[in-house]
Amino acid sequence: MTTFLRKRIVSSAIPLVVVVLGVFVLARLTGNPVDLYLPLSATPEQRAAFSAANGFDQPILVQLWDYLGQVVQLDFGESLRTGQSAGEMVLEAFPATLQLAAVTMLIAIVGAVLIGSLAAYRPNSLADRTSSFLSMTAASIPDFWFAIMGVLVFGVSLGILPTSGVVGGPEVWVLPIATLLIRPFGVLVQVVRGSMVAALSAPYVKVARSKGASEPRVVFGHALRNATMPVLTVAGDLTIGLVNGAVVVETIFGWPGIGKLMIDSILQRDFAVLQAAVLLTAVTIFVLNILIDVCYALLDARVRQAVPA
Amino acid sequence: MTATLDKPDGSKDGKKNKGVPAVASRPPRWWLLLGRDTMAAVAAVVLGLVLLTALIGPLLLGDAAVRQDLSASLRPPSFDHGITGLLGTDILGRSVLARLVEAAGTTLSVAIPAVLCSLFIGSAVGMWAGFHGGRRENIAMRVADVILSFPSLLLAVVVLYVFEPSVANIVLILAVARIPIYLRTARAEAAELKSRLFVDAARTFGTTSWATIYRHILPIALPTLLTVATLDFCFVMLTESSLSFLGIGIQPPDVSWGLMVAQGRQFLQTAWWIAVLPGVAIVITTVSATILAAWVRLATDPAQRWRLTLPKNKRGKRTPEVSA
Amino acid sequence: MNPLPSTATADPEAATGEPALAVENLTVDLHTPTGTVRAVDEVSFAVHKGRTLALLGESGCGKSMTALSIVGLLDPVAEVVGGSVRAGGKDVLTLSRPARKKLAGPVLSIVFQDALTALNPVQPVGRQLGEPFRIHHGLSRRQAKEKAIELMRIVGIPEPRARARSYPHQFSGGMRQRLLIAMAVALAPDVLLADEPTTALDVTVQAQIMQLLRDLQVERDMAVVLITHDLAVVAERADDVVVMYAGNVVETGPVREVFGNPRHPYTRGLLDSVPERAEKGSPLPAVAGSPPELSKIPPGCVFQARCPLARERCAEERPALTATGSGRAAACHFSEELASV
Repeated sequence: MTTFLRKRIVSSAIPLVVVVLGVFVLARLTGNPVDLYLPLSATPEQRAAFSAANGFDQPILVQLWDYLGQVVQLDFGESLRTGQSAGEMVLEAFPATLQLAAVTMLIAIVGAVLIGSLAAYRPNSLADRTSSFLSMTAASIPDFWFAIMGVLVFGVSLGILPTSGVVGGPEVWVLPIATLLIRPFGVLVQVVRGSMVAALSAPYVKVARSKGASEPRVVFGHALRNATMPVLTVAGDLTIGLVNGAVVVETIFGWPGIGKLMIDSILQRDFAVLQAAVLLTAVTIFVLNILIDVCYALLDARVRQAVPA
Repeated sequence: MTATLDKPDGSKDGKKNKGVPAVASRPPRWWLLLGRDTMAAVAAVVLGLVLLTALIGPLLLGDAAVRQDLSASLRPPSFDHGITGLLGTDILGRSVLARLVEAAGTTLSVAIPAVLCSLFIGSAVGMWAGFHGGRRENIAMRVADVILSFPSLLLAVVVLYVFEPSVANIVLILAVARIPIYLRTARAEAAELKSRLFVDAARTFGTTSWATIYRHILPIALPTLLTVATLDFCFVMLTESSLSFLGIGIQPPDVSWGLMVAQGRQFLQTAWWIAVLPGVAIVITTVSATILAAWVRLATDPAQRWRLTLPKNKRGKRTPEVSA
Repeated sequence: MNPLPSTATADPEAATGEPALAVENLTVDLHTPTGTVRAVDEVSFAVHKGRTLALLGESGCGKSMTALSIVGLLDPVAEVVGGSVRAGGKDVLTLSRPARKKLAGPVLSIVFQDALTALNPVQPVGRQLGEPFRIHHGLSRRQAKEKAIELMRIVGIPEPRARARSYPHQFSGGMRQRLLIAMAVALAPDVLLADEPTTALDVTVQAQIMQLLRDLQVERDMAVVLITHDLAVVAERADDVVVMYAGNVVETGPVREVFGNPRHPYTRGLLDSVPERAEKGSPLPAVAGSPPELSKIPPGCVFQARCPLARERCAEERPALTATGSGRAAACHFSEELASV
């Protein structure tokens, strides 16, 4: 188990390193980094001063060393807009996004398991075909448009849901979560259905039935556990993809999370904050990948014992 | 012993297949299969219409997409103002219909090249890696893992910050972000095929690796890759729309469906059609592509194709009293 | 090969009274893409407690499907369209699904062929073996585990207590088959169906598994239905045999008599193809051709295409299963001819 985890941590760390270096390369090697950090209206004197203060006139390897030092200390410079530390701004925005993502994935997984299993239980039945069509549609709807439709119908026409903001009761969560939910939900229903169809036709399911196991016991006790592996993989990918959705949802609903921070800092050309947000996202994904691997190992003894090559 | 191995369900499969040969030996023409599946047929027709609109629509409508007419500002959809007024006008009095047609061109001119690029590069590298195996395979897969473990929108956000958001850059980013999908699929197919006899035979004759890949691996891997591409077309379209909606994709005066939604957003309460209709266009196109992809997957899988030949009422026949 | 069923416990007392399992005119249809075909056609047989009945036939002859319809595990494409299956004093085909599930385990039980796929790969074997007790006796997890360990000991798994925590992939093929059998006999069912229980195993392990089945059968007084294509297994282990061909029963009766003096050309062909019976130096006779596709079963006798005795009558009239004396029956117009050869 420990060997397995160690190997997985090392391989999950590679993307993290690539992102850290990638941001550096993008920032320093694609032109004058001062252009990225300072507003276009900055005077040459300001630029020179900024360049010297940040060591942009140093040899590239020295810059890399300094940069890595800053990353390790979570020192990403200061926001151009607010003068606040970029790292702090990102960490403040982080919980809002995390909450949104966690609730969404929870609903998506539980709902998809129920509906996907139901569809797989009677393949090609009316319920199966309906859920297939709906989940395909859900996975193909642009989330920003879905959000706007939600605002139009429930916010503007019916006036029962707030159209933005985080203050208020549980109703402020409805539209953001619904928006964030549709794509992962649609994809997961299809994945759960597929792997449940396979699991339910496996011989051990016949055996369980031959023992007189009740249908819920067969479906959830025997088949589901075996169908979890592909579902877990896709759920992991979807959670990573949730960052995409979070950017859109937070922008539309004014949710003060990382996604909104990222878009704001792009539109206002605030590179320090963007850099911090990107790096923190990369770290989160790294941690997430390891958590998924732990889940794998807990769920399947074969993974636990096999030492990956 | 005359008898052979007899698995509990193997026997049934045997029988199932015995009924099939008429189908398996002479696969029905694909358009006949398509005709049998109403949903897939409709999806194919819709996609064809979108493509046709994008190609010849602008020629028919001329400059209607950019012609401003402030007196016709925010006109709702109606039959009173000719074909250009059919779907209403925006704040500058430009025809929403004409802009939708124009945007179809932009959207497709981003999505199609991006899909083709990633399909071509991903498949080539994937088959090459799978065919050779060893270190080349490892490196290719690692690179794919790295790209995949990073949200595509984030990649786009950073790159489009540093470089200018232009059609070429968006195509480039989307292509790079989607290469791993094809790379993985192609590698898996090639790795499995390279151990087969006919590939070995080709190798013994001294055929070069690229020739072997082209002649023996590509034809078998292609259906799967095309299925993935059809499905990926949706993803690429959605990502482009999101980017444009967020203001870091297609920039005005160009117009894409995502950008139209963004522009119509502020008029949501007064002129819903500006934001709603481009979204409808996106949904119709992506849903059609998804349905078609599901059908292609079924039709290109010899083990599953027979399902499509079933009469509808026989599909999924179940007998609850007997089988649990 | 010893043609005599040496180890059979042919207790004449056991053969009286109500059989543990009585199948009558069981008919199963298969819904295929090209139409509905009959996979099992009016199959009848009965087996008493303590006795072993073999269902013998080639691949696809319908023997596995017969077994699956008895235990109610047919795939959705198959449908029982007629007949009755009496077990535990009831016709199980008429029972509701919950009522039927109550019988699955204590009355009817089945052992499958491939133990690796038949055991759930993500559950420890102890838990799987204890499941019948949890379902039918309502035991707690802990109690069920003790029962499971006991079962593992009975079927000869070394160190059962430690091994109960292991997963199926950590056992050898023979051990897995033992586990599967243990699970099937957990509740001492009246009837145990064994669907090719040894096909996936080495020859030496096969013998051990067959002996284990025999021991358990005696100990728990079960009726066993052995589904196999292996004539040697039938000869050694079964009391009665039902020979199936293309979904039909072609011959049935006590193994000793059926094998000693087959009354159906198919049974005869099968027996002649066993190497020990053939003359040295001459080519091994085999039943020429292969079974008909289920969609192309001829109107007359199902075996006519491969039958050395086939005549005009065979193409027109399907021979009924008729008694040929001493508890035997054969479905051939010319079974008398065979008897005199």
